[in-house]
Parts: sequence; structure tokens; C-alpha cells
Amino acid sequence: MAKIEMQEIAHSYMAQPKGPDDYALKRIHHDWDDGGAYALLGPSGCGKTTMLNIISGLLRPSEGRVLYDGRDVTDLPPEKRNIAQVFQFPVLYDTMSVFNNLAFPLRNRGVDETEVSRRVREVADILDLTPFLKKKAAGLTADAKQKISLGRGLVRSDVAAILFDEPLTVIDPHLKWHLRRQLKQVHEQLKLTLIYVTHDQIEALTFADQVIVMYEGEIVQVGTPQELFETPKHKFVGYFIGSPGMNFLPCVLEGDAARVNGHKIPLDGETAAAGRSKTGKLELGIRPMYLTVHAEPVEGGVPVTVKLVQDQGSFKILTLGLEDHVLQARLPEEHPVPSDNAWVTFPVDRAKLYADERLVG
Amino acid sequence: MNSKLKTAVLIFYFILLLLPIYWMLNMSLQTNADILGGFSLYPSDPTLQNFTKILTDESWYSGYINSMIYVTMNTLISLFTALPAAYAFSRYRFIGDKHVFFWLLTNRMAPAAVFLLPFFQLYSTFNLIDTHIAVALAHCLFNVPLAVWILEGFMSGIPREIDETAYLDGYSFPRFFIMVFIPLIRAGVGVTAFFCFMFSWVELLFARTLTTTEAKPIAATMTRTVSATGLDWGLLAAAGILTIVPGALVIWFVRNHLAKGFALGRV
Amino acid sequence: MGAEWFKETLTDSRLHDALWRQFLFSGLVLLIEMPLGVGIALLMPRKGWGVSASLVTLALPLLIPWNVIGTIWIIFTRPDIGLFGAAINNLGIAFDHTASPLHAWITLMFMEVWHWTPLVALLAYAGLRAIPEAYYQAARIDGASAWAIFRYIQLPKMRGVLTIALLLRFMDSFLIYAEPFVLTGGGPGNSTTFLSIYLVKIAVGQFDLGPAAAFSLIYFLIVLLFSYLFFQALQNVGKGEDR
Repeated sequence: MAKIEMQEIAHSYMAQPKGPDDYALKRIHHDWDDGGAYALLGPSGCGKTTMLNIISGLLRPSEGRVLYDGRDVTDLPPEKRNIAQVFQFPVLYDTMSVFNNLAFPLRNRGVDETEVSRRVREVADILDLTPFLKKKAAGLTADAKQKISLGRGLVRSDVAAILFDEPLTVIDPHLKWHLRRQLKQVHEQLKLTLIYVTHDQIEALTFADQVIVMYEGEIVQVGTPQELFETPKHKFVGYFIGSPGMNFLPCVLEGDAARVNGHKIPLDGETAAAGRSKTGKLELGIRPMYLTVHAEPVEGGVPVTVKLVQDQGSFKILTLGLEDHVLQARLPEEHPVPSDNAWVTFPVDRAKLYADERLVG
Repeated sequence: MNSKLKTAVLIFYFILLLLPIYWMLNMSLQTNADILGGFSLYPSDPTLQNFTKILTDESWYSGYINSMIYVTMNTLISLFTALPAAYAFSRYRFIGDKHVFFWLLTNRMAPAAVFLLPFFQLYSTFNLIDTHIAVALAHCLFNVPLAVWILEGFMSGIPREIDETAYLDGYSFPRFFIMVFIPLIRAGVGVTAFFCFMFSWVELLFARTLTTTEAKPIAATMTRTVSATGLDWGLLAAAGILTIVPGALVIWFVRNHLAKGFALGRV
Repeated sequence: MGAEWFKETLTDSRLHDALWRQFLFSGLVLLIEMPLGVGIALLMPRKGWGVSASLVTLALPLLIPWNVIGTIWIIFTRPDIGLFGAAINNLGIAFDHTASPLHAWITLMFMEVWHWTPLVALLAYAGLRAIPEAYYQAARIDGASAWAIFRYIQLPKMRGVLTIALLLRFMDSFLIYAEPFVLTGGGPGNSTTFLSIYLVKIAVGQFDLGPAAAFSLIYFLIVLLFSYLFFQALQNVGKGEDR
């Protein structure tokens, strides 16, 4: 168990990186608290796996330091860091039994056989692997295999953290839920620091206390699932989290209101003031579920055309045309759906302002 | 072992491996009299006459062209037949699969002469004697099973979960096979292509018996170097050097596939 | 008639000699070429220009027609005008593979190992390259030694390619004809008369086609039996194993 600090980490796969574009990770500075459950969320190629491999020691960062409980481990190889890592595809020693798979890391470290046996049984018990101990690892199902990979990390008594690199990719959908719950139990039982890489927002949001969203080699936001949803700090977070993603409309400021194609949309005074000090391209952002849709003209309502209605069962998704822009709105199932023409309003406390893709205010 | 020692051992092995080849090159640059006249580490009076003869005499160089044509045909046929077959063996369990898989290889176990008469009769019936496709098909007898074996070995190393994930992601089978699966086993495809090429290239019995003039292979032409005055060593060595070239080019082209490691997960 | 041929074949003492000779030869071939080939594959670089250089070099001996190989080695091993023969003579050993059976065997083994080890090495190398990087990463995290990585990851993952290499080398060495026929002609004496050379002697030299046919069938069955045993053994390696 340990607190993991990443200090000014940057990494490039090139020997001589020239510009910022050559870096897979651009200046990451982040602390992982002891016992925390974190999800690292981002699209493919955003640097999630690079970050994970730097934490586990499979990669040495080009710049910066990694500390475990204040101790500099930047130059330590993975076997000295007491890390458990579970990969996307199950990695097993096929010729060995489950017992020997679990015992492997201990035997490599010269732990004596009675201790090995005690630890293996303990871990097998936690992961419900006891009935399989004598079986060949190769013949098991994907979820059992992933549990063995995890178990190989857990058997070491001094595990600092468990790292998961999209571990549920190969698991059947109906088993995913079960395995996810079991991972969560292990976390609560052993109080380990847990870092979970995924590109699936549902997985990240249900699993973690803190979600770290990465985009193009940078951390764009750290927060609870709630915070990510309510106040995305970066346009990318708005798009990536929530289904459908956040609406963005190019706008200009006019007093305390944003002007979109000549329609005035009121903002709160603080946001507008902060927006005025920015010079970059301004955009208005709002979650589809916060857009209010009216069938009749209302005060301050922006006229839109209804292009498409998708019934999702418990709610409906409306695709709306605002002249040359497209908006999506999410309506409760019982809410009446206007046909052809509608008017939308933007609640003042829900409308966010973005300058150069970053949240203002 | 540290990497310097590794490299040193490897280089030592490669030097030993290249010595006979060097000697062949050495011989190819000498006249017959010089070769037999005495020991010399390098050609004291180098001559290109052996190479000139091969490259200008049509009966010689057409042998190369014929060999290349049927070997290429054979490599392509073998690969395209073996890829789906190997996939079936690696992914599906059916009754007797292990046995069928093993029996495929028995074609290689009998002396090739056993198959010669049936092939000869079959090809005579269809007027295929002395055509490139005749030799290419005959070589499939041993190359297709070999290709199936090698490819199956590589395919079995790919976790089945890859297939399942790809289907979940909405890939159709042909698209998955070509876009996802084959790139994963490119090392295997590379080595298989080379081996098919190689075994077809050096095979002599079928190639010589099933052809007369139009598709006569280089290896058969080489036996002509035995004349009344004995063997023309220099000419044979030069022909030997030239037989290496096409295959070396093949491995040069597949080298990147052969050496390609792969990272699971980029489905 | 047929039974007579089989009887004649089975009681032929020269055939028995050729058979033992053949087993010794194939056994040595496998014992030397398999470990050597795997070793070379492990030594080969994983990236850079060295990869291409190694691959092309390995391929060279395989690409020479077999009859040419024997012919080149005739000169290569001549004590007077060949590099191999001259080098050994310079060590103070009177080398002559046409007179000494031991020298003939050593020469044949060298030629065979030179010619075919690259096949094992190429297969093993391709097999090694097909191991996903995650296995090595997991092994590092588990603190596995180089030996443990070889024993529990590389060797099991190479089982497929090594099965093919072993069977190919067994079958082709057991059926070997062109190279020893050209290089030693089966001599001196009968010391390098392998099964196929003897078979051709009976069939073509003495024109005893009946016994030759019986011989061929027995020959095929031996190759088949041993290939099958190897195949079964390698299929089951690791299945019941546990430490």
C-alpha cells in the first residue's frame, strides 16, 4: 500500500523528441492517494497505457520522477516495485496449474514453500479460485484467467498498487458486471491503491471514486463522476462523458448573454465576466438533459426544428436543428415531443462557457 | 548473457555459416583449372566467365525463369489453400481432427519417387506435362501440408478471445480474418511463404521428371555440367550462387513480417 | 512371392546396419540442430538492421539445391584445395573423409548441421517473435529470471513451431539421399550408406525390385511410426506436467 506521486512526468517513445507532438505524455503531475480507487479514462492513444507502464516501471519516463511513499522509484525495475498489473488479454503461464501460476511471483523471490502455500490459498479464497487450484490454467474461462492474473499480483504481501489495463475487454458482457463487483470487493477488503484504465465511461464511472480523464497525452480533468458530468473542464470531457455528449455552440459575448446566430442566451454574471477576459474562440456548452424543450414559443426561447426523435425506452433523444447547428436534447419518456418546430431554453446555471476548448469561470 | 557476448557468439556462428558459401563464390570466380590447380583463399585470377556463360546462354537462364514461375505459383497456391485450413484446425474441434492433422504430413514421409508415376499419368491425361502449373501443383503435395502445419502453430498461439472480441465489435468473419487475424500472425505467414518457396525451389525429382524443355528448372540444367571431361566446378558454383539470389530476395521482402512482434489489444 | 520379399528384406544384415546407421544419424541431427537452432533464435536481435542481416544469412544454405550442396562440399572438404579440409589438416590431423569412416561421418554431420540448422532457427525465431509483449511485461512484474522466462513462456509458446521443426528434421534426415550420395557415395566401405542410398542400390544397382518395394514400405512405416510418436509426445508435453 502506498501513495504514488508522479512528479513532472513526460514521456516520448522517440530518442530525440523535437516538439510537444513527439511526446506520448506531456507533463503529468499527479498524486495517487493510498487506498484510492482511480479510473483513467480516455480514447485509444491518449497515453493511458503509457502512464500505467510508467507507474509499474515497465517504462522509464523520459522526464520526471515517480515516488512511492516518498521514495524515488524512477529507476527501479517493475519486480522491485511490488505492483500488480492485469493486462487487456489474460497473461498466464499456460503449462502451469492455477496454484503454480499464483505461486510463481513468490517462488521467483525465494519465499519458502509453506508461506507460498498459505498466501496462494488466501488469495485463491478471496478471488473464488479455490476449486480450480489444481487445474491447468490454459483451460479456464477468460474471467477466471483475468482473476489469476490479478491473483499473481495479490499474493505478494507488500503490494503497493494494482493496475488494470482494460481488463474486462475479453469478458462476456454478463460476467463483466460480476467481475467488476468482485474487483471492487477486493479493493475494499485489502484497501489497495487501485488504478483502472479504460475507454468505457460506464466502467470508469461505476468503479472509481476519482476519474482522471486523459486526452492527447494530458490530464484534462480529475474529479468524481458527478463533477465530470456536471462541470466538464474541457470540451473533450463534455463529449466523452455522458450519452449523448455535451452540445457545443460557437458564440460571442454580449453583456451577460451569449449570442448564437443572433439569438441571445443568458449566462450568469460571473461566467460572462470571466469569458470577457478570454481572447480565444468561445463556445456555449450544455448537457442534452438540461436543455428545456417547449412546443410553443416562450420568453427567451430559441426556435429550432425537430429533425429526429429516437426512443431509448426510458427516455427520448431529440436531434434539433438551430439553423446551421445541431443540438441534442434528452427528454423523459412521458414528456410530450413537439413536432417540426420547437423552442429551447438554456437554464442559466447549466449553460457553460468554453474558451479554446477549456471551461471558463 | 549480456548483449555484447550474444552478438559475438551470433557473429561467430554466421561466419562459420558463410564459409562454405564463400568457398562457392570463390570457386565461381575461377576457371576449372584454377580450382583444381591448388589451394587459394581468394581467386588469384578472378574471372566472370562462368557467370557470363549462364547469363547469356538461353538454356541456362531460361531455367531460372522457369523455376521462378512455378515456385511463385506454388507459394501462392500453398498459402491461399493453407490459411483457411490452418484456421479450421486451430479453432474448431471435430472428430479425428488431431489425426487428420497428423496424416496431412505423411505426404512428406514417403520417398517422393512413390508419387511420381501417378502424377505423370495424371498430367499426361490432361496434357499438363512440361507446364509450370504441373510442377507447381505437384509441389503442393508437400508444401500445402507444411504450410498448414506452420500456420496452425502460429494461429494456436493467438488467444481465442481475440476472435470473440472482434465479433463483439461487429467484425464479419472475412473482414476479421483479413484485417485482424492475418496481421497478428504475419511472422508465421512470412516464414511459411519462405519455406514454401524454399522447398519448391530446391526440389529436383518432380521438377525434372514432369518437364522436358518449356518448364525445365534450373536445378535440372545444373546436372548438365557433368560432361565428358568431368565436372565443370566453376560453372556449377556460379549457378549455385545464382540460385541463392531469388530466395534471398524473398526473405528480404518478408523480413519485416518475420521480425514483427505484436502487441495484443490493438483490435 | 510378396512374403518372400519381406522375409528377405527383414533378414538382410546389411539393411540392419543401414537402419542403425540411419537412426544414429537422425538422432545426432536432432540432438545437435534443435538446441543449436533455438539458441541461435534466442541470440538474434529483435530490431534494427541486424534482423535483416541475420535472416538473410540464415536463409542462404537452405536455398542451394541439394545436389549442388554435396558437390560444393566435395571441394570444400578436399585437404588439398578446400578450405575445410585444409584448415583441419593445418591443425595436424590428417583429414581425409574418403578414407576414414569417422572423418566421413564428421564431414557429413558438419554439412548437415550447416545446411539445416537455419531451418530450425528461422522457425524458432518466428515463433519467438509471435509471443505478445504482455507476457514479457507480466514476467518482469512477477520477477521471473531469464531461465524462468525461457522455461515457462518462450518454450511453451514455441511448442507449435518446434514440433514442426522436429518432425521436418526427423523426416528429411531419415530420408536423406542427395547430399551423402554426392559427397561420400555411401563410403568409405558402407560407413555412410544410409537407408535411402541402400534402397537405391538394391533397386537400381541390383535391380531387385521386389525386395526394394518391400523395403520401401517398411521404410515408410518406420518414418511414420517415429513421426507419430514424436507428434504424440509433443502434443502431450505440458498437459500433465506440473512442478
